[in-house]
Amino acid sequence: MSSKSRPNLGRALPRKEGPQKVTGQSRYIDDLPFPGVIHGTTVRSSVARARIKQIHFEGSIPWNEFTIVTAKDIGTTIPGKNYVALILQDQPFLADGVINHPEEAVVLLAHPDKYLIEEARKCVRIETEALETCFTIDDALAQKPLIWGKDNVFKSYSMNKGDIDSVWSKADHIVEGEYFTGAQEQLYIENNGMVAIANPKDGVTVWGSMQCPYYVHKGLLPPFDLPGEKVRIIQAETGGGFGGKEEYPTMLAGHAAMLAWKSGKPVKMLYDRAEDMVATTKRHPSRTRHKTAVSRDGKILGMDIDFVLDGGAYATLSAVVLSRGTIHAAGPYQIPHVRIQSKAVATNHPPHGAFRGFGAPQSIFALERHMDKIAKVVGLTPEELRRRNFVTPGELTATSQVVRDPINMDQLLDRALELSDYRAKRARFEKENAAGGAIKRGIGFATFMHGSGFTGSGEKYLASVVGVEATPEGKVRVLAASTEIGQGTNTIFAQIASDALAIDYDAVDVLPPDTKFVPNSGPTVASRTVMVVGKLVETASQSLKQLLIGAGLLTEKYATEQFMQACRTYRERFGELKAFATYKQPSYINWDDEKYQGDAYGAYAWAVYVAEVSIDTVTYETKVEDFVALQEVGRVVHPIFAAGQIEGGVAQGIGYAMYEKVIWKDGRMANNRMTNYIVPTAADTPPIRVFFEEHPYENGPGGAKGIGELPMDGPAPAILNAVEMALGTPVNTIPMLPEDVMHAVRTQS
Amino acid sequence: MSESTIQLKVNGKSHEVQAPSMSRLLDVLRDELGYFGAKEGCGEGECGACSVMVNGRLVNSCLMPVLQAEGAEITTVEGLAKNGELHPVQKAFLECGGAQCGICTPGMVLASVSLLEKCPKPTDAQIREGLAGNICRCTGYMKIFDSVRRASEIGGGA
Repeated sequence: MSSKSRPNLGRALPRKEGPQKVTGQSRYIDDLPFPGVIHGTTVRSSVARARIKQIHFEGSIPWNEFTIVTAKDIGTTIPGKNYVALILQDQPFLADGVINHPEEAVVLLAHPDKYLIEEARKCVRIETEALETCFTIDDALAQKPLIWGKDNVFKSYSMNKGDIDSVWSKADHIVEGEYFTGAQEQLYIENNGMVAIANPKDGVTVWGSMQCPYYVHKGLLPPFDLPGEKVRIIQAETGGGFGGKEEYPTMLAGHAAMLAWKSGKPVKMLYDRAEDMVATTKRHPSRTRHKTAVSRDGKILGMDIDFVLDGGAYATLSAVVLSRGTIHAAGPYQIPHVRIQSKAVATNHPPHGAFRGFGAPQSIFALERHMDKIAKVVGLTPEELRRRNFVTPGELTATSQVVRDPINMDQLLDRALELSDYRAKRARFEKENAAGGAIKRGIGFATFMHGSGFTGSGEKYLASVVGVEATPEGKVRVLAASTEIGQGTNTIFAQIASDALAIDYDAVDVLPPDTKFVPNSGPTVASRTVMVVGKLVETASQSLKQLLIGAGLLTEKYATEQFMQACRTYRERFGELKAFATYKQPSYINWDDEKYQGDAYGAYAWAVYVAEVSIDTVTYETKVEDFVALQEVGRVVHPIFAAGQIEGGVAQGIGYAMYEKVIWKDGRMANNRMTNYIVPTAADTPPIRVFFEEHPYENGPGGAKGIGELPMDGPAPAILNAVEMALGTPVNTIPMLPEDVMHAVRTQS
Repeated sequence: MSESTIQLKVNGKSHEVQAPSMSRLLDVLRDELGYFGAKEGCGEGECGACSVMVNGRLVNSCLMPVLQAEGAEITTVEGLAKNGELHPVQKAFLECGGAQCGICTPGMVLASVSLLEKCPKPTDAQIREGLAGNICRCTGYMKIFDSVRRASEIGGGA
């Protein structure tokens, strides 16, 4: 795996679709022409839980000009069934008799005049009979009232390693803590949008902004009762996702397609910012309780963790978000006895969903705050406590997975503390803070890991497929459903394929995802695109090369032009030239779905993040002054993109920690505007200094592991650890706004 | 709504459009004239994705009634490259990773051009301040700052 045999991997090659992006030529869904298109809109419930009595169409609206779709149409004018296919089938496309959250779609309207549909939307009155609601984790657990299934629980896990009950009597200290995290909006700058053409003869075709074309494809089969080949999903250029375009696009695509089916016309549905923020999925709010047995010398004997997520009104992806959060809850530590009990519960909020990190930022926030608390109780520095408990190669994680990565967390921590000048700064801040003055300074860190790819047997069940084919000109095209959403999929697949084929980077392109032409390489989620799908790109490329060699058209050594000539000759002789690769789980990966023990992930990325903060004790404003992000990622495939992923994730993590507060009022987001939901701007974001270490992973292309989600995990605990160092006051709830800091300080004193 | 006849000069080219005078400049640019570089991110002047230059000043085209732009020189991102040659700011964004998903990029590129025109050798603080009206959710801004510094080096402010 020398750099000679992989000349393109590890290089900052030009972004494939970059020129279009910087010149304004990229076409997002709102930029594409659809002759004769009419506009669709959604009438939502507005009450959190109710029975629908009647729907009234009022006002001076020419209702006969409108296409109107309600739940009654599904099974009649629209042939199929009214559910969004995901893990369960509990969520309808349109509320049928019962409303379970305040943004539930009840009526769809379409009309050629986009200004008139907005007027019309306000003239639909949904007459309801209110039912008792549930908005908190405590009420959901207490079944006050029962709103879903037999116990308001979408999913629960009980993960056991060793015997937790045996540790308490041996402990010198028992440290308990409770930690909360809030909802977070993905806030991609391009809102959700879809255009559909649908009729019984041709089936359903949808274009739109999305991460997972085959999720949308699967979701549209039941409502239209169509075979797979009659549903076609095409990704338009997509303006950011971060998980927010993982499962929700299926809902919107379904709505647009239903209106198109009934009207016989192309229908465009674009959410504006307010609707996108209020109605689509957000990060799950969480509560974590820790009880930890520790010896006098700071060795953790046992951890008992209780982790609960608010899943909102329907099951959506909560079970898998909970799974990742549960597995990451005990961190990069070697602890002999661990019990993690977790639940995702139902409330009458709109369903919460995928967002970068997928449950791990919640449980890691709790753990890394708790580690600082344990250090304080035991009387060790935060770094010394962690050092005494880091897992090392050959030891077992909380799922009893043997650590195979040659990771040395001690060394990673040392380097991060050095890069951030942690020790000198900490000593100086302690002295300065004690001397008085309105500005207090602090420095803190978090140590963590993040698993790449689907959890446990997930990748085995997905069985992703990637293809590569030769074009008529003899260039190579990668065929995958993995979407470019800014992270660099097009560029990185071309790097991997060109290296595997030993040809120039410019001789490889990536076909934009269209389910008619690309195989199902799985969803663009879970830090899996490079490590899992990229490896399939490599394997498929090698097979294509072997086809050419086998046909006698290529020898072992060749120039790009010779390769292209070989492709052209092959095509002339045999027709198409294509090769595919299907994911096969490495044989050593063993996962027990029942006990939730075993190899949770093929590989982990490992990290230490250090945050330096200042707090104005007059205004209680916190500023992050410096941020160091050090991580071991297997192999850096593209140095600029990799750093860009980390920096972007850290900025989102800073927002998660101290700006981005969703204000709930009767189950609705009250601050659903960019004016009052605050994300970091250029002026707020500190210098983010990114450093990588590389220990190649045998099953990733060129050794690469996943990094997309990792940077979301560390910033919040690092920042709040720094805040506690500065003020001596623990804050254990995020987001932490100035008023929250003031409240914490005043409550303490 | 009654329509007015409005003269607009976009990227050096004159256009006459029929539109209600209170139409948003953004809608006229996109729907009437086909300049899709300007994007709607929030519709209330917070995100800057709809940024264009009007008589050399950076504005949020979602907040400007088209009548206010009558007769003005408007520059959209499509107007930056000259004779197939990218503007130094565009080159720098490509080179330094300033664009990821690309949806904020047209606005961010124009904000950078506007900054460098006023301030050809900006300090880090001036870059932060100059781009504070344009929100990017992908990059965490570091690569955008690199792009602006690089553009300054290769003559983006000249």
